[in-house]
Amino acid sequence: MNETAVSVSTMVELTLDGESVRVPEGSTILDACRREGIDTPTLCWAENLTPVNVCRVCVVEVEGSRVLVPSCSRKVEEGMVVATDTERVRTSRRMVYELLASSVEMDRAAPEVQAWMDHYGARPERMGDRSEIATQAQPVKVQDDLYVRDYERCILCYKCVEACGDDAQHTYAIATAGRGFDAHISTEHDVSLPDSACVYCGNCIGVCPTGALAFKTEHDMREAGTWDESRQSVATTVCSFCGVGCNLELHVQDERIVKVTSPADHSVTHGHLCIKGRFGWQHAHA
Amino acid sequence: MPDLYFGATDEATDAERAAVAEAIAGFGPVVVRESERLVHAGRARTMERRHLLLPALHALQRASGWISPGGLDHVCGELEVPPAEAYGVATFYHLFTHEPPTADDTVHVCDDVACRLFGAVDLIDDLRSEGHHVKASPCLGQCERGPAVMVQRTGRDDLTVTAVDGGPVTTAEVAVAIDTATSTPSVTLPQAGPQAGPQAGSDGLRLLARVGVVDPASLEDYRAHGGYRALEAALAMGGDRVIAEVTASGLSGRGGAAFPTGVKWRGVADQEGRPRHLVCNADESEPGTFKDRVVMEGDPFSLVEAMTVAGTAIGAEQGWLYIRGEYPVATARLHHAIDEAYAAGLLGDDVAGSGLRFDLMLRNGAGAYICGEETALFNSLEGKRGEPRNKPPFPTTYGLFGEPTAINNVETLVNVLPIVQMGGEAYAAEGTERSPGTKLFCLSGRVNRPGTYEVEFGATLRDLVDLAGGLVDGSEMRAVMLGGAAGSFVGPEALDMPLTLEDTRAAGASLGSGVIMVFDQNDDMVDTVRRIAEFFRDESCGQCVPCRVGTVRQEEVLVRLGRGSTIDDERDLLDDLATVMRDASICGLGQTASGAIRSAIELGLLDGMGAAGGGEGEGSR
Repeated sequence: MNETAVSVSTMVELTLDGESVRVPEGSTILDACRREGIDTPTLCWAENLTPVNVCRVCVVEVEGSRVLVPSCSRKVEEGMVVATDTERVRTSRRMVYELLASSVEMDRAAPEVQAWMDHYGARPERMGDRSEIATQAQPVKVQDDLYVRDYERCILCYKCVEACGDDAQHTYAIATAGRGFDAHISTEHDVSLPDSACVYCGNCIGVCPTGALAFKTEHDMREAGTWDESRQSVATTVCSFCGVGCNLELHVQDERIVKVTSPADHSVTHGHLCIKGRFGWQHAHA
Repeated sequence: MPDLYFGATDEATDAERAAVAEAIAGFGPVVVRESERLVHAGRARTMERRHLLLPALHALQRASGWISPGGLDHVCGELEVPPAEAYGVATFYHLFTHEPPTADDTVHVCDDVACRLFGAVDLIDDLRSEGHHVKASPCLGQCERGPAVMVQRTGRDDLTVTAVDGGPVTTAEVAVAIDTATSTPSVTLPQAGPQAGPQAGSDGLRLLARVGVVDPASLEDYRAHGGYRALEAALAMGGDRVIAEVTASGLSGRGGAAFPTGVKWRGVADQEGRPRHLVCNADESEPGTFKDRVVMEGDPFSLVEAMTVAGTAIGAEQGWLYIRGEYPVATARLHHAIDEAYAAGLLGDDVAGSGLRFDLMLRNGAGAYICGEETALFNSLEGKRGEPRNKPPFPTTYGLFGEPTAINNVETLVNVLPIVQMGGEAYAAEGTERSPGTKLFCLSGRVNRPGTYEVEFGATLRDLVDLAGGLVDGSEMRAVMLGGAAGSFVGPEALDMPLTLEDTRAAGASLGSGVIMVFDQNDDMVDTVRRIAEFFRDESCGQCVPCRVGTVRQEEVLVRLGRGSTIDDERDLLDDLATVMRDASICGLGQTASGAIRSAIELGLLDGMGAAGGGEGEGSR
């Protein structure tokens, strides 16, 4: 099987918010929206992962469809008529944010999440007083020197499971367990991470959108009140541990490395690293 | 050995190893070639045996009463499944337990909408006080004789328990069933047989004609009652002609969605050159539904024959029968029927001498309503969590194992037997123009003779209630739950509505799975509606946000209403919850999770909770 890109792609014509647009065949509605400059919120989508369309925040209205359609995974079709800013769309998007924010701590999510919530006028507090409604409140899991798992921030976007499994690492140390509101990310029998198949690549942390998974360095600094992104700079370099050539982004605060990431669009890493690139920097401060 | 990491230090017991070996016997180990060791190819090959995970988990549960860590690791080693994934699958199903058992027998008592009208809650208390290990269960599909009881056993076959005299089950009867290790005979067919009342019209029965008449264990008796003539006719006419007759008959799916069966079959048959599957959805779990159970228990060979007709018609060489885990009697009878059919050459390499191949595999669910959703059922069969898939792609092109699949309900399939024999046009002449044929209805609640009834489409709600002997003495009809928990409530003013697809749709209701559950003036509708909300919260798979959190918030609103909050306080929130669940959920569970509750509010059934006036339709769509 040759995986070279097809250079000549067929174009598909569809109507997007009243405008006739042409996009390459095989694009998703989300791709088309981004191409046309229509800003669309996402939570469970990431450019380096297979779409799982579970968060439902990117839903749009497609003519002829009884229900709303997840734009992240639905492929465009010739003649499709898509509306991204109807009352139905706005209501569902607002409700997804309200449902999530009423049950999960969202304060460490990316700034655009709060911006979208404001945009749609989400008021999670109307679901009831937090002490009287079901939430994901639970103690944070600190089981080793590298990872922190703070599942009261987990929105169950499946990104970490994908990164640990078929989409990147092929380690399969974690999966969704339980069902319904009790569904959660877990190792087998909830054994601790050091007892699981985890290889500490940190790729689950790399894709987590809400800070439920964090590097222990970051977690400890947040707890101590010293985490300050405005004082951080990012230095791009190449990992020196082997010959693959992974790009590293060293996040540095007060002349100390506080976390390491890799760009999601990097041709070698697609944003994913191994334990050495991710955590093998302590000697820099020895 | 597979390249898997096992953290647990527990070992599987000998009983667990033996049980797992038996469950996966006949499926040799997958040989992964050296060149495939890595990544996608190797993973794809090990996934070939992943469908054995669910049977293996059943084997563990049965062998030792729980999914022990050592047992799970053993299964993972045998099937090359990462332990975290297998744990995720095992914890998805409510019939699997994850703590060491405290008793050999777990008594599941249905406390769902129908059974709680007949003392389910008291029975649970009584059984507990007598020392039984009891679990309250969602609908067990025995609503005609509630409260329903199913005993899950360690090391032995599960049991269903029914009262000898037809009344409510007593604790003594549960004890007797456990001691004698036998399920009480369970098929009651009030429309025919000794229980039939004056309105009984068993002559016209088509789908139920053999139920209660034929010996469910005898292929010979089945043949003597007209069995396997449809297959003979079907093989003689060929697949295309069978599909044409089914299309001409106007048969539509009886599971709730009413999709035209002929169109579905044509779509799969047209995928020539690809392996195709026929799946029978016997995961009948909609609260109030027990018609498929009655057919499977009373006339198991008819389903085997119907699946063979369907499979050979669409060019599927593999059929899968997925029966819910709470139906031990139906499961045993179908296992037996399948074995007999193989022995008689009616299944296998050369079906009835036709040269066509059709194999049939029976699998059990393990306590998950969501697995009745077709794509969730595929994932469950594949050994994954029973999470629905986004559609499109549809099953006809991307179904089980990503291959073209026709998936039909039990009732839909058994309709094919008369269609093949009498011809599609003659079949279409019965019923109404847009709802041809006959339909099974499940009558329960405050009627004199609850049970499964077969009528020609066009019968009204009143006809059905009359057929079931009318309301019990002293009862006045308050409301009817039509179509199940995913359906809606209607009031007595709907009694003259013909129960057809078109008339119910026009009235904003749905036939759903054929549930007609009657409530009277003394029934606690507030409690009933809250139980429905609880059902959806319990049964949500948890995959998408609108359903996972929406069903929780919906139940919380209903609880608040009981504590003095008023409908008017909560109306905006209820409307928004209904909207997001209906519009943005992945599958039908979330999309219908607010329907019955909304209709109850509109009918004023929650007035005891401070509902403002009846009959208001504002804000609902």
